[in-house]
Amino acid sequence: MSDAQRETVIEVRNLTNAFGPHVVHQNLNLDVYRGEVLGLVGGSGTGKSVLMNTILGLRSPQGGSIHVLGHDTQRASSRRGLESRWGVLFQNGALFSSLTVKENVLLPLREHTRLSEKLMSELADMKINLAGLEAAAGAKKPSELSGGMLKRAALARALALDPELLFFDEPTSGLDPISAAAFDDLVADLQSTLDLTVFMVTHDLDSLYAICDRIAVLADKKVEIVAPLEEVLKSEHPWIRSYFHGKRSRAAAGG
Amino acid sequence: MKTNRHDSKPIDISVQREGGRVILIPVGDWVADNLAKMDKRLREMEAQIDGNEAVFDVRNLGRIDLAGAFVLGRTVRSCSRPHMDFTYIGEHRVAQRLMAEADANSEVCPAPPAPHNLWHLILVRSGRAVMRALNEGVETAAFLGQLLSTFWRVLTHPRRIRWNAIINVAEEAGVNALPIIALLAFFIGAVVAFLGANLLERFGASLFTVDLVALAVLREFGVMMMALILAGRSNSAFTAHIGAMKMRQEIDAMQVLGMDTFEVLVLPRVIACIIMAPILSFAATMAGLVGGGLVTWAVLDVSPTLFVTRMQENVPLIHFWVGIAKAPVFALAISLIGCRQGLLVEGNVQSLGERTTASVVQALFTVIFIDAVFAMIYLELDW
Repeated sequence: MSDAQRETVIEVRNLTNAFGPHVVHQNLNLDVYRGEVLGLVGGSGTGKSVLMNTILGLRSPQGGSIHVLGHDTQRASSRRGLESRWGVLFQNGALFSSLTVKENVLLPLREHTRLSEKLMSELADMKINLAGLEAAAGAKKPSELSGGMLKRAALARALALDPELLFFDEPTSGLDPISAAAFDDLVADLQSTLDLTVFMVTHDLDSLYAICDRIAVLADKKVEIVAPLEEVLKSEHPWIRSYFHGKRSRAAAGG
Repeated sequence: MKTNRHDSKPIDISVQREGGRVILIPVGDWVADNLAKMDKRLREMEAQIDGNEAVFDVRNLGRIDLAGAFVLGRTVRSCSRPHMDFTYIGEHRVAQRLMAEADANSEVCPAPPAPHNLWHLILVRSGRAVMRALNEGVETAAFLGQLLSTFWRVLTHPRRIRWNAIINVAEEAGVNALPIIALLAFFIGAVVAFLGANLLERFGASLFTVDLVALAVLREFGVMMMALILAGRSNSAFTAHIGAMKMRQEIDAMQVLGMDTFEVLVLPRVIACIIMAPILSFAATMAGLVGGGLVTWAVLDVSPTLFVTRMQENVPLIHFWVGIAKAPVFALAISLIGCRQGLLVEGNVQSLGERTTASVVQALFTVIFIDAVFAMIYLELDW
């Protein structure tokens, strides 16, 4: 399917972000299409997380427009209703530390649906299971979980409302390679089963190779290239070359 | 947006029986938002279907999500048949896939919650609380012992005393607390003077207000205001500061570098507090006397000169020493508790909050307890 025919889920136009005199993004454009996994990469300080936070409406940009599922995320009134259609996995999980895992998963259900307590509880159990955790983990506090379990618990919360769109901020950082690979598999599996669109900020070359349909590279204050992996690999941009053709990436490519 | 989940088609389900089979025909959009009313009906249907073979007719099914797939599947599952292959009539874009996924991740018969007896619970809880309180006392004493041994080691190697840290803490916990302590003591002195003036005037002994103010402020309120502010202000700051360091593994880093946390973090705070406490208490006492003096002047027309003269004649100096002698003991207890609770913080935000609360509560409790012990000792000594 050519890009023109696909439904655009996230549309970023002419985005400008700056911290005082320090400009992070200048006239940045990006489209994310329904059903794809988009990986966002870039060196430290290129504003990957800033871009994600701006798309989520957590930060107001200095210029440009952003539409997610047709809603303008910069206006609170327009953002309303989006909360139940997207799920966000923050870098360190951002689980509420005073609640158990299950209560964390129940929270969005309580906020956004009018289901009975019993059904919500059953649904939460299912989501915890779906995210690859054992049922017993539901009763634990986030502080009692290991890093990998924490990410899974956060994923269960992100999936609580059956979102169409998932945001991941470095989902595999801090995980050992085996857990990271398992997490990649889980995401790929869920993505195909639930028809999700995934926007993923990552540094993990393995994730890029394993699950991303397209890769967007942030460099020089804009999206330098957004294309499937094979095309990105052919790019002549110096940062992209050293990123994808360095020692670590050759290992990830299995070459 | 037209595809918003809030304007979805209403859902319904009908059941047909065909020989031994039960055919379930869901229609409409089976998404989480629509399930509220349907949930109860589906639970009632479970009983009727139990034991029969169930088939889903998905030809008229609209949209469906995992929650919808879950409740549909739940209707035909039972404890005896935890997971099953569903049979379908017709094709649906995602229903089959979602129902299989929901089925694979559902537990049909969760274990019933353990029953609990209220009285039993109350006994267990209060028992635990008592044991915890006793334990805290013992552990604080152990902490004091460790502090004293560190103190001894540092005394024998005076170059290991960290003067910079001591002076920093003395400024932060001591000098910066001076205005608030003095202000509060001033008000307390004034309050005592009002009380005395009112009460003693009835006996024609209003001049004794001076004795009352002097005794109360010198013996109790000066040092007490110092201790309360120190417990509320500096003690909690110690806990929060050391606790945050603990959370960010700074304490671990110190240990790996061969630094003694007691020497670096605890001892300077304790020493600084012990040095500053008598000074702060002195300031508080003076401020209290000024507050009391101003009120007696305004209400009873006792001039400052008369106030001072009467105090010199009627209130022996021993009362001043009785009050100020308590200051270092309070300071030791407060700083000790603050540092101990800080070191007990674990890796999460909640424990930081719990420890800070515990630290302030314990410090206030200890201050008042020690004050009562002092009162008994002074009574026996007839001071």
